[in-house]
This record gives sequence, structure tokens and C-alpha cells, in this order.
Amino acid sequence: MSENTQNQRRSGGRTAAKMAFMALAMFGFGFAMVPAYQVFCEVTGFNGFVSNEASAGPADQAYDPDRKVTVEFVATVNGSQPWSFRPKKSRMEVTPGELYTAYFVAENQEAESTVSQIIPSVAPGSAGRHFKKTECFCFTEQRFSGSETREMPVTFFIDPALAERTTTVTLSYTLFDIRDGDLPEYDEEAAELHAGAPQSAD
Amino acid sequence: MTATTHDTHDDHHHGPPAGFFKRWLFTTNHKDLGVLYMLFGLLMFFVGGAMAMVIRAELFQPGLNLVDPHFFNQMTTMHALVMIFGGVMPAFTGLANWLIPVQIGAPDMALPRVNNWAFWLLPAGFVLLLATLFMPGGAPAGGWTMYPPLVLQLGDAFPFLIFAVHILGISSIMGSINIVATILNMRAPGMTLMKMPLFVWAWLITAFLIVAVMPVLAGAVTMLLTDQYFGTSFFNAAGGGDPVMFQHIFWFFGHPEVYILILPAFGIVSAIIPTFARKPLFGYSSMVYATASIAFLSFIVWGHHMFTVGMPLAGQLFFMYATMLVAVPTGVKIFNWMATMWQGSMTFETPMLFSIAFVLLFTIGGLSGVMLALAPVDLQYHDTYFVVAHFHYVLVTGAVFSIMAAVYFWLPKWTGHMYDEKLGKWHFWLSTISVNVLFFPQHFLGLAGMPRRIPDYALQFAEFNMISSIGGFVFGLTQLLFVYIIIKCVRGGQKATSEVWEGARGLEWTLPSPAPYHTFETPPVVK
Repeated sequence: MSENTQNQRRSGGRTAAKMAFMALAMFGFGFAMVPAYQVFCEVTGFNGFVSNEASAGPADQAYDPDRKVTVEFVATVNGSQPWSFRPKKSRMEVTPGELYTAYFVAENQEAESTVSQIIPSVAPGSAGRHFKKTECFCFTEQRFSGSETREMPVTFFIDPALAERTTTVTLSYTLFDIRDGDLPEYDEEAAELHAGAPQSAD
Repeated sequence: MTATTHDTHDDHHHGPPAGFFKRWLFTTNHKDLGVLYMLFGLLMFFVGGAMAMVIRAELFQPGLNLVDPHFFNQMTTMHALVMIFGGVMPAFTGLANWLIPVQIGAPDMALPRVNNWAFWLLPAGFVLLLATLFMPGGAPAGGWTMYPPLVLQLGDAFPFLIFAVHILGISSIMGSINIVATILNMRAPGMTLMKMPLFVWAWLITAFLIVAVMPVLAGAVTMLLTDQYFGTSFFNAAGGGDPVMFQHIFWFFGHPEVYILILPAFGIVSAIIPTFARKPLFGYSSMVYATASIAFLSFIVWGHHMFTVGMPLAGQLFFMYATMLVAVPTGVKIFNWMATMWQGSMTFETPMLFSIAFVLLFTIGGLSGVMLALAPVDLQYHDTYFVVAHFHYVLVTGAVFSIMAAVYFWLPKWTGHMYDEKLGKWHFWLSTISVNVLFFPQHFLGLAGMPRRIPDYALQFAEFNMISSIGGFVFGLTQLLFVYIIIKCVRGGQKATSEVWEGARGLEWTLPSPAPYHTFETPPVVK
């Protein structure tokens, strides 16, 4: 092996070290995308980002008392947990800049007590930043005793900065049953059902 | 230093070490490892192909006929994982291992032992992945994209899937680091960067892509793992996470990945077309810049996989325009290949036939790609067979055809024998006709609204599905002919000259055929 090849080998090792560092950095970059994504959505309002923290009431600012925006309410239960969850009224007319309260009704249809977390989302995405909640059942976990039905209020206002072209805003809530930690455990029975005979046969 | 000199000198005369295991298990020789990579790719091509046959057999007629829907979903998911990580990527890495040192005049890869390790991680990763087929709950069935929350419902296969992806990722990252280190440090004197064959250039850029995005995929699947077992909420909405974020991270890897699967193909046809057109490649430097531009653009177009997630208008516009920009450097390449053939004295041996078919059929895939890039119409095409047709045109008639072209082109150099040209032509025509019968009707199915990854379909799709399945079976069977041709060529045949092809240019054609076990121990002089 010539002197030349020896040198090549050594610089080959240096290049390899640099490339390995690049791989490690990109592994970190993948994780850095998580907060970056949050910040990006918060700043731009992309992805219908909705703050899950209480905001102060409407500021003392001028607003058009004649402007009307329709707010639609949607409630969904995640997965197939035994819950009933619905808005009390499915829509209301609001004036941006004024404070309103709407009610949602959740019912735990099981005899056991349980815990839920309700997550909000707003459509269209551009309205997310302008939909402000001063009080909401979604800020904290909600505990339900067996077979309990509860009416839960959300107090909100729409920032008058909402784009003129937006005439309808949808507030959607998804209820997650989180009694077993964050996600339902892997269900062996369900998996066996999947792996069993073709469901088409029946 | 004397000892080292002596050892190498010995090797040179004695060739590979005796004994099957010593030769193949412990080998650090780039040619041996290239062969191992390619054989592994071929094996996985048939494993993934068998899965495709199951898919096409189930879709031969409407109704649920042969397999359980859950098993069908396992087949679509595993077919993709096996073909991408087991078929195309190892085949390209094998070609890189065999060819890059002999094309740049280096005695071996820069890191031979890393090379051995990178290869042997592959079978380990695939044992983990393929073992899931025999587990309770079955193999991954939620699509190769591993979207949560569906992938989290996998059962026993889940951690195996994650660790298989980790291992395959580490393997390809190590292979790529080695390729970069080789190309940047091991070139013969006079082999400047802009004199390198385009296959070497394409692989240099591909290797950078792999090192940049494979770790991102590793991060994404690690987050899935901690979401499932360690109570984190990266993608879990109940805990404040966002499942759509997985798609962003995944496709930040996924889009460069599809260029990882095609850039080496560009390098291969850029070697073959000039040879059989007997003209130098038209626009060498524009080819280099076009490849680099495509690689750069691949990092800013990932959103076009997600037009339907509810992306705001600004996002849709950005990703749509950025994606359409990709057509510009790609068009430059297609133009250059055509200009190379223009007024050349062409002959149509099997590698050339596969390369011409590549240019034509890859362009069809590219054009359906431009259609899919249009955000407003993508809402209709998304998750239909139109997408399936698109990516099979770019991956089968693109990547796979280029690999076949490369095998026919360099096989005489590897084995010292010419392959059977008549059988090669049969293989080409049967493959080309059947692959179009297989995938072309899928465009129509998709435009008519047939969703992908579904084991059953509405009756109006019956004829096109049957035609497509027949094409699929013929294409699958034809590949057995490919294996026969390779075996026949290894065993014997007309002796190959060192130049092999009349118009062949490049360092590898100065070596005798078959190339000796050790080559370019004394660097060649490149003028």
C-alpha cells in the first residue's frame, strides 16, 4: 500500500466523521421539528392552531356591532368509547368582539367513573388565532362518575381582526377517554378479531 | 508500513480467501460486498414481488376472493417496505460498491470494514421485519408510511417494525458515509470532480440525501415508539400532540427518499445511452447541476403528499409551485438523453433497450407527477390508483428498469462472459409490454375513483383490474427469466473483452473481464 493510499485512508476517516456528525445532527433536527412546528403554527395560525389556554376577555376596542358571524359547534368522541357528546345548540350567530357562552353535553355511558380530555380545533385554519376562549372545559381533564351526564360551558369571543371574508367558523371538540393513560392499550381481543376468518364470509 | 505492503501484496496474488464463510461473511472487498448487496436486492425483489402477486390475485376479480382483508393490507404495506428498503436501495448500493471504486480508479472503498457491517445489518433488519408476518396480529398493515394513530394499533409487530426501520436506516447511512468518503478521498490522480462518471456523481448526491433524511425517519419512528410505550404525546392529540405533525416529519424524509430511489438510475442511463449511441453524453455539467437541483428541491416539496390534510392556501400554493419546479431539472435530463441519442449511430442491445424504455416510461411517470402536483386536482387523485400508477411508473419502469439495464451492461465485466443477448431481448420485451399492461390501466382506475389499499372494488372497475392483474402475473413470471439469464451468464458464455461494448468509455472498461479481485492498487493516470 502506497503512502498515497495511507493518506487517502486517513482523510477518508475524517470525511466519514464529518458525515456521521451530519447524520447525528439530522437525527436531532427531526426532534427539533416538533417545537418548530408548534411555533410555526402558533405564529402563522396554520393548521387551525388553537390555544388551549384561557385568554383575557375582549379588549376595549372598537368593533362593528352589526357584523354577524355564524359559529357552528361539532362534538366527536375519539375511538369507540361508550360516550355521548354533543353541543347543546349546533350553531349561533355572534358579533366579533362580544362575549358568548355555549354549552356542550357529555355523558359517560358506563357505570364506572372515568377521565376525559377534550381537545378543541377551529376551522377554517385562518380563524384559529382569532377564536378566543376565556373559560373552557377543555382547559383541564374532566372527571366523570359512572353514568354521569354533565353540561359544560365554553365562554368565547371572536377577535374583530377575523378576516372579513370569513362568515362561518366551526368549533370542533374531540373527547378522548384517558383513564388508562394517554392512549387505549393494545386490545388483544380486537386484534384476534382482525386476524381471524375473513369478515366478508358473514 | 512494510508489513502492510507485504499483506496487500499477498492478497493481490492469492485473490479471495479460501472457505465460503471466510470469503463471504468476513469480506471487506468492495466487489464481494457489491455482489452480496445485489443478490440481497434480487432476493427481496422476489419476496416483495410475491406479495405483489398476492395483491394482484386478490384484485383479479371484484369481491373478497382469496385472502382476508387484514392480510391484504399487510401485503400492500410489506410490499412497499420490502421493495424500497430491501429491493431498490440495496441493489443501488451494490452497484455503487462494485462500480464506484473501479470508475474513479480506487483500490477499494474508503472504509471496507464499515462496508461489511453495513451490508450484514440488512439481513438482520429484514429478519425483524419479515418475522412480523408470523406474529399474532400479523405484519404492519397500516401502510408503509406508518401514520399514527393507525400504526399504534399494530400489536406485537409494532416494535419490530420500528427497530427494523432503525437498523435498515443505520445500514444505509453507513453505506452512504462510506460512498461519500470514497468519492471525496479515493479518486485517482487527475480524476477531478467534473471528470467523474455521472453514476458516481448521482451517488455522491444520493449519499448526501440519505445521510440527511434517514436520521429524520429514525427520529420520527422513535417518537412513535415513545408515544406507544413511554407516555409521550408527540402525535397524540389527547396529550396535546398532533398526528398531522408525523406526516410532516415523515414526508420531510419521504420525498428525498423517492429521489434516493431514482437519482442513481439517472447515473446509470447516463452511462449506457452514450455507449450505445456512440457519442459522448450531451450536457455533462448540466446533468450534474440538474441532479443537485433535484436533490435540493426534494427538501422543500414534502407538503404535496399532504394536500388533503387541511393545509392553508398559502401552504398549498408553496408546495404546488415548488413541486412543479422539479420538472425543470428533470426536463433538462430527459432532453440531454434525447440529444445524446440524436444522430448517434445507435445499436439496441438489452441495456440500451432498458435505458430507452426508462427515458420514455419514466417521463410518463414524471408527467403524472406534474398532474398530482396540482393541489386543486390532487384532492381528487389523492389515495387513488392514479397515485399507484404514478409511483410504479417512476419506481418500476424507472428505478427497477435502470437496475436491470445496469446488470446487463456491467454483467460481462463482473462475470467475464457475455449474457445471452436473445434471452435478454425476450426479457426486455416481455417486461416492457407486461409492465404497461400492469400499470397503465391503473391510471384510468384512479381517475374513475378507485381507492388504493382496498381489497375489493366496485363492479365498474372489474375489466381494468383484470387486465392489470394479467399484466402483473406476466411481469412477475418474466423476472424468473432474468434470474435464469444471470445464472447462465455466470456459468459460461462467450468470453467478454475488456472493453465489452464498442462505445464504452471509462476506467472500468480498461480492466480485464472479469475484473480481478483487486484492481487499481496502483492508481491509474487520468488525463
